Amino acid sequence: MFPTLARDLAAIVGETHLRQARAERVTYSMDGLPTHRRVPDLVVLPGSREEVIAVVRLLAALGVPFVPRGAGTGLSGGALADEGSVLLVLTRLNRILEIDKNNRRAVVEPGVVNAKLGAAAKPHGLQYAPDPSSQSACTIGGNVAENAGGPHCLKYGVTANHILALEVLLADGSLVELGSPGGEPGGGGPDLVGVFVGSEGNFGVATKITVRLTPLPRAIRTLLADFSSIRTAGEAVSAIIAAGIVPAALEMMDQSCICAVEDSVYAAGYPRDAAAILLVELDGRDTGAVEAEADAVADLLRKAGARSVRTAASEAERERLWQGRKKAFGAMGRLSRDLVVQDAVVPRSALPHVLDTISTIAKNYGLVVSNVFHAGDGNLHPNISFDATNPTLKHSVEVASAEIMATCIAAGGTITGEHGVGIDKLRYMPLIFDAESLGAMLAVRRVFDPDERVNPGKVVPLHACREWVSARPRAVA
Amino acid sequence: MTILDKVTALLGEGAVLEAGTDRVPRVAPGSPDAVALLLGTAHQEGWRVRIEGAGTWLQSDAPADLALTTRRLDRVPAIEPSDLTATAEAGIGLDQLRQQLADRGAWLAIDPPGLAGRTLGSVVATATAGPLRHGFGPIKDHLLGVTFVTGDGRMVQSGGRVMKNVAGYDLTRLQAGGFGAFGVIVLVHLRLRTLPRADITYVLEGAREDLTQVGEDIAAAGLTPAALELVSPALARRERWVLAVRLAGSPALVAADEAGLGAASGGGRFTPLRAEEAHAFWMRLAEGFAVRPVTFRIGGVPTASDELLDLLQHQLGDEWISASPAAGAIRWTGDASIDRLQRLRRTLAGLEVPLTLERAPWPQRGAVGHFGAYREGVGPLVAGLRRTFDPGGALVVATEGT
Repeated sequence: MFPTLARDLAAIVGETHLRQARAERVTYSMDGLPTHRRVPDLVVLPGSREEVIAVVRLLAALGVPFVPRGAGTGLSGGALADEGSVLLVLTRLNRILEIDKNNRRAVVEPGVVNAKLGAAAKPHGLQYAPDPSSQSACTIGGNVAENAGGPHCLKYGVTANHILALEVLLADGSLVELGSPGGEPGGGGPDLVGVFVGSEGNFGVATKITVRLTPLPRAIRTLLADFSSIRTAGEAVSAIIAAGIVPAALEMMDQSCICAVEDSVYAAGYPRDAAAILLVELDGRDTGAVEAEADAVADLLRKAGARSVRTAASEAERERLWQGRKKAFGAMGRLSRDLVVQDAVVPRSALPHVLDTISTIAKNYGLVVSNVFHAGDGNLHPNISFDATNPTLKHSVEVASAEIMATCIAAGGTITGEHGVGIDKLRYMPLIFDAESLGAMLAVRRVFDPDERVNPGKVVPLHACREWVSARPRAVA
Repeated sequence: MTILDKVTALLGEGAVLEAGTDRVPRVAPGSPDAVALLLGTAHQEGWRVRIEGAGTWLQSDAPADLALTTRRLDRVPAIEPSDLTATAEAGIGLDQLRQQLADRGAWLAIDPPGLAGRTLGSVVATATAGPLRHGFGPIKDHLLGVTFVTGDGRMVQSGGRVMKNVAGYDLTRLQAGGFGAFGVIVLVHLRLRTLPRADITYVLEGAREDLTQVGEDIAAAGLTPAALELVSPALARRERWVLAVRLAGSPALVAADEAGLGAASGGGRFTPLRAEEAHAFWMRLAEGFAVRPVTFRIGGVPTASDELLDLLQHQLGDEWISASPAAGAIRWTGDASIDRLQRLRRTLAGLEVPLTLERAPWPQRGAVGHFGAYREGVGPLVAGLRRTFDPGGALVVATEGT
């Protein structure tokens, strides 16, 4: 690393916002996934857009790789910086710049916490719909990088459906304006906002984000259904989808997860003896219409084999039911020292079969696998509890994870629905994309970042790519 | 050997169709692999290729050595009603696809402008959403993945067949609205809905300003119409402007919105259309945009809709206009010179409102381009992507104009 780099960075952001001591840098060596660890050479926390620009231009001049990072709640090892890289932490850029009630949009800095944007929109009768489980900590910039989802994305769509425009700082320090305030897909050209969202930081740093807000629903009904088998619960999901009803959310938890939640401070009153529960939420403008849909869903759940169907009687009960779901990953910390949160998507009709197979894989390797996931989207989260200090167990987790991924791919699914590839899933990318398609992705990355300096080593496994001609000349240093 | 001889040797006689009036040889590959073979050869030989679907939307007039039509790519390999997904080749006509989906109780909630037989690939490549964008979003929101062939014959897959997918970069969104500049779409994975059990259209005639206000009131009341479209008299073939509201979904939801519609109508009275009238109304609206020589769309913030409509009226005349005021999207069709289009685009760019030229005769299209007046830094990225996916410039696309 350049000897004067720390001094020059400190001159931009101030000494207090530069982490040099190893003990400080180790704090940033992991994200929400405990299986990957990288200690960055330097951690810099700019406090304004201008400081971010100055930092990135300095790094560009020196040719130093860097990794943009939000709150570090990601689950793919995507925001980890290797030695030789600078970690660019954006949490201090946390201002909501504008809320435009009439046009239902907001302009924010990348470090704004998801839930804080929601809270700021609420007095205007609006919401920011994507609601990842980490929404009390994760940032909008991180959500954009990962194309984050969440329970209510079943009805409202994922992050990509809610981003209208972006100001992006490219690796060479130049600024680009993608999209348009009105969100016209062309945005003055092809849909580069759509290309940027979910690029896991490989295309640059979003310094200003224009998001779409949606009206808060006026009527909400939340149902809790419990089942004596996971398969039956999976079949109930298919029945609801096939009936043409689009709930706001349709979530499933299995018994292991239910018990972890009920043993924790997040206890929600889930039935401990159930093999699985479904949490179904319907929302809309009109109370009568929402109630009619809720009644129809309740009928479908019972016909599909639910032991009981209960409707949240109050807002407090609804919040309690949702807290149990959203804090389930935290509650699973009770089960063991470490937790691998997996993420895959299958066609919804394949859920019963895939859940059975995952259960068999867990048994074969003697592992505790807890399922809590977005059933309505077919977005699975099989979570494996284990002790990472036990090398045998750690190996079993890796092998079982690979088998679970293979199962999902064989069912017509994919390896990640909302957590991203990062470094954790690099090895699976060649299972779903051929060398030509991976090469195309790498070539697109090089259009934005010819030197591959932003978040290097993520998303696309270089060894598996067919060669493409780099289309944009490298920046002249 | 002529180009036609080489193509015949490559793909067989069955792939060669009768040339159009401009005598450019027209080739219809029968499979995605054949498209890749043809474009790979074109890249090596230095042929210039224009892409066509059914030939009912974009004028088939771009100067080229060869016209590649996707019309033989018309298979539907998968319809999965239980998953609400389908996979279709790019050359299938939307009317045929709709029928096949309806037979299985499924619905692709898009209603793009153009004739009923317009191909799926054309709709995706041009991202031409219709009035249903109000309730169901732009074309890209209906795509789970695409397979495309680059200008040098490489076959690339993006996305997949499931509802959520963040594996790799989203090249699907690059193709949706790329106008073929980044490759030829050959296969599309689609997100479906179930056929709405209730589907009714109401119309209200009046002065444009009054109807815009009603549209805002409907949005403010929280109603959730599938379409909320303001249509100019010439396009609607009525005396005055028309606000058309389509309600589609479960009977309970539609009934609730019908009740709310009266309260939001500002004293006017919405008239329900009979099913066949509604079908004819929306079809006429869609087909209207394929009749006049030039069609473009602009997108601003919803509160700017009135101002933008005034601007269009001032610069180009009322002509045929359809607007989704709550979505900030406006489509115009008529006749306009190169100079007028370029001037309008520059004016709109100053308002941060992009103009996308959807269709026009080649002289206008080639000069004005589908895109242009990019925001800061976008031009080099588009040029880089264009070179990446079509390094030899085989695909004749008026990306930015001259």
